[in-house]
Formats: sequence, C-alpha cells, structure tokens
Amino acid sequence: MGHFVDRRLNPKDKSLGNRRRFLKRVRTHVKKAVDDAVRERAIADADRGENVVIPSGSIAEPIFRHSATSGHRDHVSSGNKSFNTGDRIKKPATKEAGGGGKTGSNEGSGEDEFLFVLSRDEFLDLFFEDMELPNLVKRGLKQIEMKKPHRAGFSVSGSPANINVTRTMRNALGRRLALKRPNDQEVRALRAEIFALEAVSSPTAKQRKQLAALHGLLEETLRRQRVIAYIDPLDVRYNYFEHRPEPREKAVMFCLMDVSASMGEREKDLAKRFFVLLHLFLSRRYTSIDLVFVRHTHNAQEVDEDTFFHSRETGGTVVSTALSEAARLVDERYPPSECNIYMAQASDGENFSGDSDKCVRLLDDHLMRCCQYFAYVEIVDEAEIGFLNNEDNGVELWRHYRRVAEKWPNFAMKRIARPADIYPVFRELFAKKTAEA
Amino acid sequence: MTQAARKSASPLFEGADWTFDTLRRVHDAIEMVARKDLALDFYTNQIEIISSEQMLDAYSSIGMPLMYRHWSFGKHFMQSERSYRKGAMGLAYEIVINSDPCISYCMEENSMAMQTLVMAHAAFGHNHFFKTNHLFRQWTDAAGILDYLEYARGYIADCEEAHGPSAVEDILDAGHALMPNGVFRYRRKQPPSLRQEQERQRERRAHEEQAVSYLWSILPDTAHTSKTDAQIRERKRELHLPEENLLYFLEHYSPVLQPWQREVLRIIRNIAQYFYPQKQTKLMNEGCACFVHFHIINTLHEQGLLSDGAMLEILHNHTNVLFQPDFDDPRFSGINPYALGFAMMQDIQRICNDPREEDRAWFPDIAGSRDWKNVLAEAWANYRDESFIQQFLSPAVMRRFRMFALSDNADDPFYLVSGIHDERGFHVIRDTLAQNHDVASLEPHIEVVDVDLLGDRCLKLQHVKRNGVTLDDEQRDATLAHLERLWGYDVALEAVES
Repeated sequence: MGHFVDRRLNPKDKSLGNRRRFLKRVRTHVKKAVDDAVRERAIADADRGENVVIPSGSIAEPIFRHSATSGHRDHVSSGNKSFNTGDRIKKPATKEAGGGGKTGSNEGSGEDEFLFVLSRDEFLDLFFEDMELPNLVKRGLKQIEMKKPHRAGFSVSGSPANINVTRTMRNALGRRLALKRPNDQEVRALRAEIFALEAVSSPTAKQRKQLAALHGLLEETLRRQRVIAYIDPLDVRYNYFEHRPEPREKAVMFCLMDVSASMGEREKDLAKRFFVLLHLFLSRRYTSIDLVFVRHTHNAQEVDEDTFFHSRETGGTVVSTALSEAARLVDERYPPSECNIYMAQASDGENFSGDSDKCVRLLDDHLMRCCQYFAYVEIVDEAEIGFLNNEDNGVELWRHYRRVAEKWPNFAMKRIARPADIYPVFRELFAKKTAEA
Repeated sequence: MTQAARKSASPLFEGADWTFDTLRRVHDAIEMVARKDLALDFYTNQIEIISSEQMLDAYSSIGMPLMYRHWSFGKHFMQSERSYRKGAMGLAYEIVINSDPCISYCMEENSMAMQTLVMAHAAFGHNHFFKTNHLFRQWTDAAGILDYLEYARGYIADCEEAHGPSAVEDILDAGHALMPNGVFRYRRKQPPSLRQEQERQRERRAHEEQAVSYLWSILPDTAHTSKTDAQIRERKRELHLPEENLLYFLEHYSPVLQPWQREVLRIIRNIAQYFYPQKQTKLMNEGCACFVHFHIINTLHEQGLLSDGAMLEILHNHTNVLFQPDFDDPRFSGINPYALGFAMMQDIQRICNDPREEDRAWFPDIAGSRDWKNVLAEAWANYRDESFIQQFLSPAVMRRFRMFALSDNADDPFYLVSGIHDERGFHVIRDTLAQNHDVASLEPHIEVVDVDLLGDRCLKLQHVKRNGVTLDDEQRDATLAHLERLWGYDVALEAVES
C-alpha cells in the first residue's frame, strides 16, 4: 500500500526564513555592495537586483578535517591504461589540479568567495534603509506597475456578479425567435378560443373536431414552451475585465548640480541618492522618463550621466547659469504641454554674490510656471547641521530660495547631511500622490 | 521467457504524462515484483509530488521535510539555486527519507517512465535498505524522526523567542562545527546491574588477596605517584573518558552552558547520529537501490507492463547515473558509488548463478549456490561499505573498472602504483578501497582525554593521527574557537601518532 500526496501547492518559500537569517549575517557586506551599486549604476537602473560577492571567511562553516598536504595515504582509481605495479607517476605541479587520480579524502580547501543574487525587493530595502522612508511609501515604490481592470467585451464564463443582463436577455430573445418558442400571448389566445368553444352548449361535429384540434395544439405549444427554455445557460454572458497597466505619461527629470571643487565624494554621493529617489518615484508614475543632466560652475552645460557624477571642473559658482540652461532646454525640447517636468537641484549652497536674485527671478518668471515640482537640497557638513537648525538662517542662496518656497507650493527645499535627511524633501510629493493612488 | 508470455499484458502507461492514477497502478505493479520476486521488506510508502522550487528547498535543509532555521541552510539554498539557474547543476529526481512511513519526494517534471524508475529506486530500493540494514536498525528511529524534527524546530524557535536569535545562532554555529564529532561509533556499555557489580567486586577482592606481595611495598616512592595516578584514573572513569563524542561530552559536562543550550547541542547530536549510517553505507545504499530498480524494471518489461519506449528512456537514465569516468577524464571525481555498488551486486548475482574458476577460489561459500537473493539480502542487512567491499569485491569487478591503487606520500614528488588488477594486486586494491570507504578513517579521530573540573578546567583533546596525516590548520583553529565557546575555558589539542 502506498500513499500519494500532491505537495505542489504547498507554500514554496520554505527557506525564506533561512535566507533572511543569512542576509542578516552578511549584512555589512551586502550593505556595502548595495552602496557601491548605487554609486556605480546609472540613476535609471538603480532598482535592479544585484550580484553580491562575499568573502567566504565570514560565512565559513569550519569542521575538523584532514589537511590535504601531509602524511601518507592510499587511493584507488579506475580506468588504468598503462600503469604497472611499482610505476612512479609524477604529481601534477599544482596541488589542486587533481588530474592524476587524486581521490578520496581530498576535500578541497573550500571556495574563496561566495556569490549570490539579491532580489530587487531586497536591494531596495537596503537602499531605503538609512533614508528612513515610511513603510507605505516603500511599498508603493517597490510596486513595478499598477494595473486596473478595464472592460474588454463579454465572456461565456465568469462570476454571477458580473452577469450582463442586457446581453443575456438579447441572446435569449434571439434564440427564442429562431426556435419559434411560443410566447405567453399565443397560449392565452388558444386558451380563450378553447374556453369559448367549450362554452357552446351543444357543439356541432365540426366544432367538436375543432376543439380537439385546439386541445392538441395547446398541448404542443405548452410542450414547446417547456422544452425551449426562456433563458438557457447558453445565453448567459458576463462582463469581461482585463487588467491593463495604468497608462502613464511622459516625464522629464532635470538633475542640476554644482560641480565646483567644494563638492567632494560625500556630497556627490548624497546628491546621487537624492536623484535616485526622485527617479524611483517618477518611474512609478510615468512610462518613460528622460533624464537631463546639467552641471555648472560659473557656466553650465548639459552632460551625460557619467561626466555629471565623475568628472571635475574648476571655476566659480554661478547658479543662475544652470537655471537658464535648464530653461533653454525646456523651451527647446520639452514643451510643458507635452511633458511633466521635474527638477532636482543639489548644491552646497555657495553662489556668486548678487546672482541669487537672478535665480529667484528665473524661477518666478519662468521655471516654476512650467515645472510640476522643483526640489532643492543644500548639502551641508554633518557638524554644521546642528547650528543651522533655524530655517531662516543660511547663506544668500538659501535665504533667497526661501522666498520662492513661500510663493510656490510645488517648490521643496531642505538641508541634508545624512541619507536620512533626503526623504523629507519629497514628503509632500509622496504624501500627495499616495493619497491620490 | 517466451515471446507469448512476454506480451501477455498491455503496458501500464503510454506516453510521457503521468496522473495520480497511473502512478498508483505502477506503484502496485512494482510492489508486486518487490514483494513476490525479490522478497523485499519495506516501510509503507508515502510518495509526495513536489515542484522544482520545493526540491531546492528540500536541498537546503539537508533533505529533511522540516528543519529548524539557520543561516547556513539559507547559504546552501542560495548556492544550489544559483547553480541550478545557471544550468550548472541538475536537480535530483527524488529525495528519500529514512522514516516510517518512508517518504520519497518525486519531481513533477519527471516523465511517467522516470517516475517508474524513481519509485522502484527510492520507494523500494532505498526503503528496503533503510528498514533492513543493521546500522539503520541500530542507530536510527525511522518511526520517530519526523516527530523529533518537529520538536527540534519548535524548540529552537522557542529558544529564539526567549533568548534572542543571535544567542541561539551562536550555539548552532558551534554545534554544527562539531557535528561530525558528535556521533557514537560504538554501542555504549550498559551500566552493570547491582548484582553484576557485587560479583565483580568480589572477584576483584579475591584477586587482590591472592596477588598480595609485600615485596612491592618496600620500593621507594611508588605510593605517591600511584596515588595521583589513581586519582586521575578515577576522574577519567567518572567522566567516562576518553570520549570521542565531543558534543555528548560538552552537553553533559560543560561548566558554562545553560540547560537550553545543552538541549540544542543534544538536538544537533541526535541529527548527526541519524545521518551517520547514511555516510557509512553510501555505496551499498545506492547499489542496493540501483540493483532493485534494475531488476524490477526488467521484470516489468518482460511481463509486458512497460512499453519499449519507456524502457529505453529508463535505461538511458540508468546508464547516465551509473557512468564511471576514467581517472584521466575531466569528469572523474573518484569512484562513483552508484556504479561500484551496482556492479558489485550484479557480480554477486553472477557468481551465484554462473561462477568461474576464479570465483570458486575467492568466494567458495556462494559460488554456484544459485541463491543470490538470499546472499544479497544477507549482505544488505549485515554490512556497511567498508566490510562489504572487503567481503565481496571480486576480481571480475576490479578488472572491469581497471582499478589501480596509488600510494601517495606527501613528501614525495610522485605517486607510487601499489597495485593493479592482476593476481598480486587484487588484495592490495581491495584493502585500499575498503579503507577508503571507512568513514572512521576518513574523518579525523579526536577524543577528549582528560579534564580537571576542580582544577584549571582545561579541556585536553587528542587527535590520533593515522599515517602522519595532520589536521588542516585554519579549519582546526576556527573549530577550536567554537569548541572553546561551548566549553568556556581553555581547550588544548595535541596530536599523537597512532
């Protein structure tokens, strides 16, 4: 007697708990891999899974075992072709080559590195970790695309709640006509006729014959009515819904950054995280996003992503050049009527004196009118952020931007010193959109 | 078998698709052959169909259906998942568990022919071996293992709740490092009954009275040393030293462990003990399963219950599994236990039925006896790999595999061929091969020899070297660190030549 059990529908991720424990154990390595990946990847594909390489030392499982390079041992191998007892065979030069019939207790010295793939979710979890995003936002960002049910015709199967009555009744009517199902009126007319005939007190032979014929006809009519159903299962139609991805429009995201010498590695890393987060958010809302990178010193130019993050320029700092370059690009390539325009600016707050007024004018008159959202971060020293807690204080650019922020609700600004400071810049953006969604 | 008899029945199935109905029919047909023809003795079968993801899950928890949680299982899961996705590794067609009822997992991807092969192999071959082999009977509790694992999983989850996951992880890490050293290799002596004890004391006294000689007492200084010696001896006797089961010793005598930590060590030790017979009988277990499936499949085919197409598919897989590459082949990784086990068992059948002169000289007891079923049943029940090879490896098999023995001295720049498949070499090869399959000589022999619980509490271990083979330094130090964590005081390991 054997029993058969179908286990295929049992939950699959039995070892998920083990996987989590493993990731926890190698956290420092994984975190580092994620940080490196964010630094090296292009903004647009920051949210992929990631290969992680871990030195095997941290996850070794040692046991007592024999060393492969000492003492005397004997093996048996198969496939002898020309050896005879007493022959000497030279050992292969490398100790691990093993071709010369090395078998048995040689367990090998273990792999040097352990490589595995982090899923997209795990990757984003770690990426979000020190940004302190609220859970609702995290979940929203991880969702790749949203789907909504759309009507897509009718189907012959479905749930009772989705029955389409009109279509069903129309089918039934057509079938009843085609099969010549007698309707109730005909039956009533026949009955009336029979009633009238039966009421005659002394019927003639002709009348009696007619009555018999009418009875036969009524019976046949009733039978046909019984056999041909009023509504047949064949007639039933259901509304059919198709899950289609939400149509999303086009967007363009401008990344503006000061690349003068005062922006070091740390500042650029923070700026990049800021851009990545905005891009992640946008990629959830829009099918295609163009990225435009504008860097500036005392003059601004459009560059590719690699140059943007990695090459250095020297020169002064004139912020308005970047803004006017962005405005020029908007006019040239991205008419606000066709595109949703988002701008993100990162800077250390320095600006050529007197230029900040010009910036405010540019924003007020031009950019803020066509932008969906403008986010500005001032990257400051961790030591400084302590005494810069008053929003009104700050360098010239900051004070001027405050005026813009007061006037335009879609302008966000924030000082950041740590990754955790980035999210609040977008808080409004996320709050608004998640409420909508 | 005549042509008419061959086609007496119609095939049990056609085509590659399987249904539970067909599986059940085939299972019953196989069971008929197994019971009537081979007289196998097996636990009731429970055959579970699983998907490839679930097979990967099973891989990571050492094949057991339920297991406590630990990061190392996650690591193994990722490893096998990666190589599976890359296509570097195929998945097993089945996993079978030594339990009562005997659970075997079959993959849903298998074709019906493969399911037939897998059932004959695992659900009857391995199953019979688990139930009858003396090592499994003596050391494992097939009826209780699943309940025990359930308990272990629950207990360790409770511990994580109560003491924090990282505290539990520390103990598990250390316990896993000592897992190979956490098994009993021999039955422990039963404590003597009071009556036996009294009897022994009486005999000892009588002996001492007889052996009294005042000459000894005039020798100087002996009293002192013998007293310390006696103390040490007494101490060792109380701790049952020497003790080779390190986990057992730590569980009972470690001065620093909490009760729950001792229980965790006990769980690890019990699981290690459960798997120890499988290590010792890899070759026999697989050989038995291959022999059984080969016999059953052929019988079914002869009865006309298997179509020729299915038979060809089965044979194709059978030969793949039993492939033995030559030593200079890049695929060579030692002697294939499936191939050697199967070849030896087939050869036993041949020796019984159709012996040559040579066989009569080597196996006078069984040559020509025609009773191969009993000889094999005997062998399956009472041997392990090492003794099985020592007893049954025949010259014919050695010749077929073209075996040769190499002697490898780490200091020499060459290997010495110590024997080939000729009259002089047969015994050399057989001895060497038997030794290579002796788990006790493959794994380092380490035992606790002394500890002074009232003194410095330094745990003294001894590694008994064989043929000058030392321990791998790096691994040794890492393992000793784990051992020290469990013991709480110093640990000293010395190596002695056997």
